[in-house]
Amino acid sequence: MSRAARPPSRFFRSRRVRWSVLGAAILLASCKPAGVLDPQGPIASAQLLLLINSTAIMLVVVVPVIVATLAFAWWYRSSNTHAARSQDESYEGRVEFVVWSIPALTVILLGGVIWIGSHQLDPQAPIAGKSDPLRVDTVALDWKWLFIYPDLGVAAVNQLVIPAGTPVKFRLTSATVMNSFFVPQLGSQIYTMGGMITHLNLLADRSGEYPGFSANFSGDGFSWMRFVVKSVPAADFDTWLEQTRGTGSGLDDASYAELARPSQNVPPTRYRSVEPKLFERILDQTTASPGTAHPSMRQAGG
Amino acid sequence: MLGKLTWSAIPFDEPLPLLSGAVVGIVILAILVTVTLKGWWPYLWREWLTSVDHKRIGVMYLALGLVMLLRGFSDAIMMRTQQAIAVGSAQGYLPPQHYDQVFSAHGTIMIFFVAMPLVIGLMNFALPLQLGVRDVAFPVLNSVSLWLTATGALLINLSLVIGNFARTGWMAYPPLSELAFSPDVGVDYYLWSLQISGIGTLLTGINFVTTILKLRAPGMIYFRMPVFCWTALASNLLIVTAFPILTATFMMLLLDRYVGMHFFTNEAGGNQMMYVNLFWAWGHPEVYILILPAFGIFSEVVATFSGKGLFSYRSMIWATLAICVLSFMVWLHHFFTMGAGANVNAFFGIMSSIIAVPTGVKVFNWLFTMFRGRIVFQTPMLFAVGFIVTFAIGGMTGVLLAVPPVDFVLHNSVFLVAHFHNVIIGGVVFGALAGINYWFPKAFGFTLDERFGHASFWCWLIGFYLAFMPLYALGLMGMTRRLEHIPDPGWQPLLLVAGAGAIVIFCGILCQVAQLYVSIRTREQRRDLSGDPWNGRTLEWSTSSPPPAYNFAVLPRVETIDAFWHMKRTGRAPVAPAYEAIEMPRNSPAGFITAFFATVMGFSLIWHIWWLAILNFVAAVIVVLIAGWSIEREEEISAAEVAQMERARRRPA
Repeated sequence: MSRAARPPSRFFRSRRVRWSVLGAAILLASCKPAGVLDPQGPIASAQLLLLINSTAIMLVVVVPVIVATLAFAWWYRSSNTHAARSQDESYEGRVEFVVWSIPALTVILLGGVIWIGSHQLDPQAPIAGKSDPLRVDTVALDWKWLFIYPDLGVAAVNQLVIPAGTPVKFRLTSATVMNSFFVPQLGSQIYTMGGMITHLNLLADRSGEYPGFSANFSGDGFSWMRFVVKSVPAADFDTWLEQTRGTGSGLDDASYAELARPSQNVPPTRYRSVEPKLFERILDQTTASPGTAHPSMRQAGG
Repeated sequence: MLGKLTWSAIPFDEPLPLLSGAVVGIVILAILVTVTLKGWWPYLWREWLTSVDHKRIGVMYLALGLVMLLRGFSDAIMMRTQQAIAVGSAQGYLPPQHYDQVFSAHGTIMIFFVAMPLVIGLMNFALPLQLGVRDVAFPVLNSVSLWLTATGALLINLSLVIGNFARTGWMAYPPLSELAFSPDVGVDYYLWSLQISGIGTLLTGINFVTTILKLRAPGMIYFRMPVFCWTALASNLLIVTAFPILTATFMMLLLDRYVGMHFFTNEAGGNQMMYVNLFWAWGHPEVYILILPAFGIFSEVVATFSGKGLFSYRSMIWATLAICVLSFMVWLHHFFTMGAGANVNAFFGIMSSIIAVPTGVKVFNWLFTMFRGRIVFQTPMLFAVGFIVTFAIGGMTGVLLAVPPVDFVLHNSVFLVAHFHNVIIGGVVFGALAGINYWFPKAFGFTLDERFGHASFWCWLIGFYLAFMPLYALGLMGMTRRLEHIPDPGWQPLLLVAGAGAIVIFCGILCQVAQLYVSIRTREQRRDLSGDPWNGRTLEWSTSSPPPAYNFAVLPRVETIDAFWHMKRTGRAPVAPAYEAIEMPRNSPAGFITAFFATVMGFSLIWHIWWLAILNFVAAVIVVLIAGWSIEREEEISAAEVAQMERARRRPA
């Protein structure tokens, strides 16, 4: 009773404590779900679930180990007069058996998770959807992203507009050094490499804007090699397509060569048309790209 | 005449590297002037620079590692501050051209010139003593290894002021590291310093494998070797098998860059995936080259400071060998995101998580060693307990990254950065610091100050958690690594905490410097005359501290594991009066001179000064040949001399 009547403790009035409470609050506020923790599609959701499950499986072993380490270290300290001691190792086959079994069982369980997960969430595996997948050919350039819609005949830079709920089937390559295409809220990243195709399938459940970027260091402009995935309702996508086809310029060999020159912070751009087979020719490195161009070209950029 | 080297190679327009270069230059000059004025050159030359004594070489490796730790750490501070302030519209103080060099140098230095010298230094110092022998198998080669490693470190530091360092990340993936995308000398500095020091490391591996297999005290069969010797054997077997892969890979990249070949280029049939595979075929065993000896140190430390034999010595060894073999079957987990397909990814994911089994067994064994022990918390033991807790977390996040679909969203993020710092700082660095505190009294004959030792442990531990737990969170929030500019202002608070953590670690480093300074100042009070300050279990504690050049006047006879513990319990003192003459290797300047020529050669190759490169290559080869053909490599210490030295050493205080 008397306790409740006491004035607020000095503890909470001390400036240092107030600052640290404030600091902790800011930290917590900054930890609102984002990125991998805020999945917006089936792939990302499954991956987050897998992440949580695998962590839980391992915590079952790791937490007791940490607790036991600290407990043993404390209890068997030399100054503790209550602790039982033995000078020599008391080796026991049964303990030994348990010691090998615990991690082995954990890993067997986890191995199953890995095998099933790797197959279910293989980036190459198509995603079942109500509608046919949208095909997008993606090219990493210095330092921006080119998205070609081969079936629709349009292209865009640093902005990927997709209809929500429709599976997107990516083919990816690089016209420059290795990059990694990654939209954390949609899931799986995949490398883009010159002269090679990688495959990726993603789907956005809802409309929204999801940041994407290169997740593999690619040189001076790397930090700004960002783009936005705009997931829009199907009707809006058709409107966007109409608009794109009706405005701006087309992407031919000449304008591609211009685009491929190193540049940073490129604003989102659209192209009303795309030279046929451009992606295939980039793949064959037959168009003018930095990889085949004079070395000094890349230096001039940025 | 001077190849690509012109005055424009010196970055007069960039004050930061020039300033740090100037500071380093002034410090080196001050040291040289002091040494000259005090007339220490003959002593340095005779006792250290030309020494082939494994203990001296070990100490020099450790000194190299600790000095380079300061360099690598200053890079870390620069990265943390840049990421903490370059948020939103702010650009920070490091432009990409500089920032990219900083993180590339940080990784390269910390792995090759901090972690490796620390681990190799401790193996050098402790291995022959633990095996109960007088030296390593090839003492002069050992000195060559040391100085070639120092050459690599020197070349990397030269890149601060002459030219620039690689801007590719420490893995130097092509095609970014190819001439088309990195036309300047940065990647050449990277390649040549690692090629030259890599030869040193390979020679170390050969030397230590031979030492452990062929030189052991009488009676020391394999299953009586201390655990540290076993982990060192595994680690050096990995060096011998993995380092040639790295050398060959770098040679191919050099051929691409120097003579226009196309191993890894985008065009003309080059295949960048090959580099990535080969790099990690070395890179993953490299992780275990570093961590296995640390496991060995912790095994020694936990047993010694618990006053108890290691729980299940045999399973510890089988676990070590299992890790040694498995480490070659997991390299693909470094690039699950390359699109290899489900079966391949699943295979490598499962193989990687299998490594957690022997590692888990080790953790349990340390735990059961502490059980019913009498634990004395001196600095090495604090590091050991800090290690078990920290490594359990790092191991868990590692297995998490071994689940391919999880890796798809965490690969290359700062979550990954947090993971490998978690195991490298929590494992390798804590291991090295534990080892240094543990064996220092053996090396110098006096103990290190415990107060500063404890303070440095707590700073390292708390600093580590502050610096890297935020990175785990940021990685989950979608922050990728190597960002020179932070796009999301919401990440700034956590980045500030990480920066604060780096400062706490810095306090830990300062405590270590203070520990060293205070301990040397008060060395007379902290002399250890017993040679066995921790009530040790293995043979290194049976000789005096510091040990004589020949380690053991009479080679100990080994009948059990924990041989010295057994001798103490059965009351059989290791001192035997019947001394015999001892043959010891003579000092040799071959290592130092070879490295001098190798340094000039590396520098000339980097700058395309062909005539100088050829000249120095020939000179280095000639020195090696002369050293190899010299006949009088040993000198004899007569039995009378040994007896006299032993009497002097064992005189009661």
